[in-house]
Amino acid sequence: MDEKKTAWERLQLVHTKGRPTVSDYIPLIFTDFYELHGDRHYGDDMAILGGIGRLDGRPVTIIGQVKGRDLNENKECNFAMPHPEGYRKALRLAKQAEKFHRPVICFIDTPGAFCGVAAEERGIGEAIAKNLAEFMTLRTPIISIVLGEGGSGGALALGVCDDLAILENAQYSVLSPRGFASILWKDASREQEASEIMRITAEDMVTLGVAEAVIEEPLGGAHNDLDKISENIKEYLSQKIPEKCEKDIDVLLKERYTKFRKIGEFLD
Amino acid sequence: MFEDFFDVVKKRFNGGSEEEYKPPMFKCPRCQQLSPLSRYEELHRVCPKCNYHGRLSAQERISITLDKDSFKEFDADMKSGNPIDFPEYMEKQEQLRESTGLNDAVVTGTATIKGSPVVVGIMDSRYMMGSMGSVVGEKIARAFEYATENNMAVVMFTASGGARMQEGIVSLMQMAKTSGAVKLHSDKGGLYITVLTDPTTGGVTASFASLGDIIIAEPKVLIGFAGRRVIEGTIKQRLPEDFQLAEFMHEKGFVDMIVERRKMRSVLSHLLKLHGYDKKEV
Ligand SMILES: [Zn+2]
Repeated sequence: MDEKKTAWERLQLVHTKGRPTVSDYIPLIFTDFYELHGDRHYGDDMAILGGIGRLDGRPVTIIGQVKGRDLNENKECNFAMPHPEGYRKALRLAKQAEKFHRPVICFIDTPGAFCGVAAEERGIGEAIAKNLAEFMTLRTPIISIVLGEGGSGGALALGVCDDLAILENAQYSVLSPRGFASILWKDASREQEASEIMRITAEDMVTLGVAEAVIEEPLGGAHNDLDKISENIKEYLSQKIPEKCEKDIDVLLKERYTKFRKIGEFLD
Repeated sequence: MFEDFFDVVKKRFNGGSEEEYKPPMFKCPRCQQLSPLSRYEELHRVCPKCNYHGRLSAQERISITLDKDSFKEFDADMKSGNPIDFPEYMEKQEQLRESTGLNDAVVTGTATIKGSPVVVGIMDSRYMMGSMGSVVGEKIARAFEYATENNMAVVMFTASGGARMQEGIVSLMQMAKTSGAVKLHSDKGGLYITVLTDPTTGGVTASFASLGDIIIAEPKVLIGFAGRRVIEGTIKQRLPEDFQLAEFMHEKGFVDMIVERRKMRSVLSHLLKLHGYDKKEV
């Protein structure tokens, strides 16, 4: 593990060209992967991929936000900013996993849900809300991993889970430091300052009860050694998935609700 | 001082030609037209020109919606902590408490509407734009849990600019907390009616506001996820005037009905009774 980097330094790493994406990880972590497409209502959103495969031989459902590795890929996947149909595809596959008693593994990597006319018209708010509610009571284990950017409600829509892990240099935040600075201080150029006070790092997530684990990245960041970081992610999943699958589902659901239920700070 | 007084008297006496008496006016954010403020307030803050339903305080909403003296508040003294130690957050809230008389952006409790018992939540946009932080999340979750346990219906009046930035990621997690509580209430068969009021946006739209069995909106109120300026920045063009208004969301299929404020109480009462919530059990 590297020396502790500042939130800002890590943010630069997350945006480094060549940082591995969900498409890089899938072939190295899972076998027999089949991608499944579409939400059965409107279309197929390339910003979220989903499918089935095996983890150590056990069938699992895999859902993740897709970042492009170059401009062409990014145009195709809309820079990992999903529309409502992306979240509805995710929900369809999660429900399918529940039916076939497969655990769900979600990979979070998005600047946020897409902010546009079509997204509003097709109910992006409703789509995210529905996922939050339905994932909370999905009767199968869910593990989510923040790979790079965990931006806002668009990230959380794949983040209602039993355990959340976050890569060492990844971030999870209510909105981007840039957006934060521009809303709160009307000055987007203060994004570095925002990143330092927003509490967005992996350790912050553990401290605040949002994440249960931090997955170590290779020296210099995930892009320096794809095999090593994939191995670290797989090791985490290989331990967590069987552990969650062994639990009584009603106990698991109670723990899932409690995990979110207790986040917050107030004086009664 | 006396001279000032006589100046005023003189001006009035002279027929006010220099300075005519002008009643305070309300400028409607939707139609931009001016109406006398007294008229706007007489209509419980509805624009007399275009029927835009303006913002009410939680107290005003209680008095026009719930049976007289029936409201019993939950968690009235709950106050926010400072989960990410955000500079000046506590001071800002202290000021708001003084100016609004509220402890945070939502008031919850039990009440009756024309005799039907109900758990209600009313957001007040005067408190940090109705943003959702720890207190809003906790109070709403507790309200739903109370309703679940006591087999009661829930009516939520939403008004929010979205997440409480000053609570960072903790604010975001309130979306999961509240949506989870709604889901458990729903799974037990409870009725949940959402009333979307001006404005309902961001994280509240993307959580409990969109999960009602029946979703009502007041006329011409703003409903959306992303802010208008953010979208205009993305698409580099101006959006049509009616974009993200209640009528637009109704047309797109995300709102069951648009109900005027003067009819709200009777519509809610009918809906509660249609679902069997007509005996007073509280
Ligand atoms: Zn008007």
